[in-house]
Amino acid sequence: MDEERNKAPQDDVPPTSGPAVRGPAGDQPGPDADPLAGLGQLSYRRLIWRRFRKSRRGPAFGVLLILFYVVALGAPLFAPYDYQAIRTDFRYVPPQRMRWSWQHGLFVYGLKAEKNPETFQSEFTPDPAQVHPVRFFHNGRLMTSGGPMFLLGTDRMGRDLLSRIIHGGRVSLTVGLLGVALSLILGSVLGTVSGYFGGWVDTAIQRLIELLSAFPAIPLWMALAAALPPGWSSIKVYFGITIILSLISWGGLARQVRGKVLAGREQDFVMAARAANAGHWYIITRHLLPGCYSHIIVVSTMAIPGMILGEVALSFLGLGIRPPMTSWGVLLEETQRVTVLLNHPWLLFPAVPVLVVVIAFNFVGDSLRDAADPYSD
Amino acid sequence: MISYIIRRALLAIPTLLMVSIISFVIIQLPEGDYLDREIQRLQEQYGSDAGAAVRVEQLRERYGLNQPMHVRYAKWIWGFARGDFGESFEYEQEVNSLIWDRLAYTVMIALGSLVFSYAVAIPLGIYSATHQYKWSDHLLTFISFVGMSLPAFLVALALMVFAFRAFGVPLYGLFSDQYENAPWSWAKLADLLKHLWIPVVVVGINGTAGLMRIMRGNLLDVLGQPFIVTARAKGLKESTVVVKHAVRIAINPLISILGMSLPGILSGAAMVSIVLGLPTVGPLLLRGLLNEDVYLAGSLIMMFSVLLIVGNLLADIALAWADPRIRYE
Repeated sequence: MDEERNKAPQDDVPPTSGPAVRGPAGDQPGPDADPLAGLGQLSYRRLIWRRFRKSRRGPAFGVLLILFYVVALGAPLFAPYDYQAIRTDFRYVPPQRMRWSWQHGLFVYGLKAEKNPETFQSEFTPDPAQVHPVRFFHNGRLMTSGGPMFLLGTDRMGRDLLSRIIHGGRVSLTVGLLGVALSLILGSVLGTVSGYFGGWVDTAIQRLIELLSAFPAIPLWMALAAALPPGWSSIKVYFGITIILSLISWGGLARQVRGKVLAGREQDFVMAARAANAGHWYIITRHLLPGCYSHIIVVSTMAIPGMILGEVALSFLGLGIRPPMTSWGVLLEETQRVTVLLNHPWLLFPAVPVLVVVIAFNFVGDSLRDAADPYSD
Repeated sequence: MISYIIRRALLAIPTLLMVSIISFVIIQLPEGDYLDREIQRLQEQYGSDAGAAVRVEQLRERYGLNQPMHVRYAKWIWGFARGDFGESFEYEQEVNSLIWDRLAYTVMIALGSLVFSYAVAIPLGIYSATHQYKWSDHLLTFISFVGMSLPAFLVALALMVFAFRAFGVPLYGLFSDQYENAPWSWAKLADLLKHLWIPVVVVGINGTAGLMRIMRGNLLDVLGQPFIVTARAKGLKESTVVVKHAVRIAINPLISILGMSLPGILSGAAMVSIVLGLPTVGPLLLRGLLNEDVYLAGSLIMMFSVLLIVGNLLADIALAWADPRIRYE
């Protein structure tokens, strides 16, 4: 990184021309400007962003994640049906295939139900006699149909799995973000306080962190989640779960921020600021913390998949999100009974978005970390 | 060394005390206690019954649930220190008899996954580092990313479906039917091993992926150092250079993170055993928490913490033995 900063004065392009004059807040140089012209003016954060964009995996998976969040947040628009609509005559329908013909366009076949003589349950097969065309922008939804169109099948109560996955994504994805945001605030504040003030405050906070890490995470999560009162509404439970998830993981971030602050505290500019009668809060927020930002962002991004998986695990055990809210973990909880799962394996579909999102976050976090690390190429 | 161990063990005691207090309080946070739920259950089954109320009061006396919390806690902790973990309300047995063999299975699974993950990750990491940027390296890196992201219990679920479709046998429990309650014999041990590899592999996948990446990174760092150039210039075989010299140094950080991977392995083992219905600590803890079976759940959480602390201590000892630069007074 130092060579990049030193290249600027040796360029032939004078610094008063083009976008270089706009400094850290400026836009990227135009196509005919010297690509190195503005580099000396770019802030550390801008440089990290450029390196992140150059790696192919990071931005690609980042776009994928943005797509996921857009679909999840716009759930009522993207889901084919109401995710709570119970259809007792369409229980456990296997996934229906979309077909295409010149006559009907995009459509699905209707369903024929037969009662299985051994299990007394209805089994569904496609009925070519009924045709349900897929309708777009109909009924306030992006894609739906007049008749049954269960692209991923239905569950025990006849609810469309695809709609439930989309609505569940809203909860699972935002729990991860909120939990990490809480963790981030708690961890950076406590870590900074611990590192800056030292003394008994530091010792107390470090003992607290050690105590928290002496607990294995999942039993502690289970215990706290089981302690949520049964009378709480879905929303309260949602926030309760978020707080529980973030309570355990702030310790790691706090320790790392403390390390950085301990190193930064001894620098000359901090002494100069104190001599200029700068307050503690000013020094922390204006001088010490910004040096930690890139580290904090990387650590937080890598913590999001852990949070999402934590929520999925808790809801899977029945301790997490409660109805009528649904999440990917709740959807997977219905697969716990082995016989159900073996007969209706499409119920495992909610695991796919969980996997994809976690892998995507891992890739993005890894690329961010490589971009922020001054020693990697 | 001995004094270091003793010092660590002594330091662990206040930590364990705090853990016990916190878990004792948290478990009883929900309203009511075990007997209230029991009353509700009985009422749902048999309708309200005046006799049940009297019996419940007697049970309360007997279990000491009508005493204030700190008295109960003091009694429990005093017994805990002497090996008496209290009594489980639901199973009506001493917690001792319930947890020991389950703990043994949990430790077996945890140790097995540790050994599995190190045994697989180290060779794969070495291969990945020595063939850097070839397609096999890219493939292994991708697989390790996927492996790091897979939650263990989902793998267990998928494996159950797959095994049922392929072999027609549900993968449930740690023993086949005929060995379930049989006395121990070599055949039973063989059956146990046959069933044990599945949870071991499932729990170990996460750790394997992460370790492989770390091993690869470490080995690449070491292979870039000048003394490796010297070794090659001396005419040593490449395999000798890599295995005898580079790997020994690259392995060092992996030993030090042994302790850090323990919580993940224990938690993963708990989740997987809940899914696969194994007779280990996980399912018992879940039931204990849901039923507010205080002594059972509290003792289990304490045993988890003890396992963690012991594991960390062993990992630190292993590190001190392997790395001559570390010396403890």
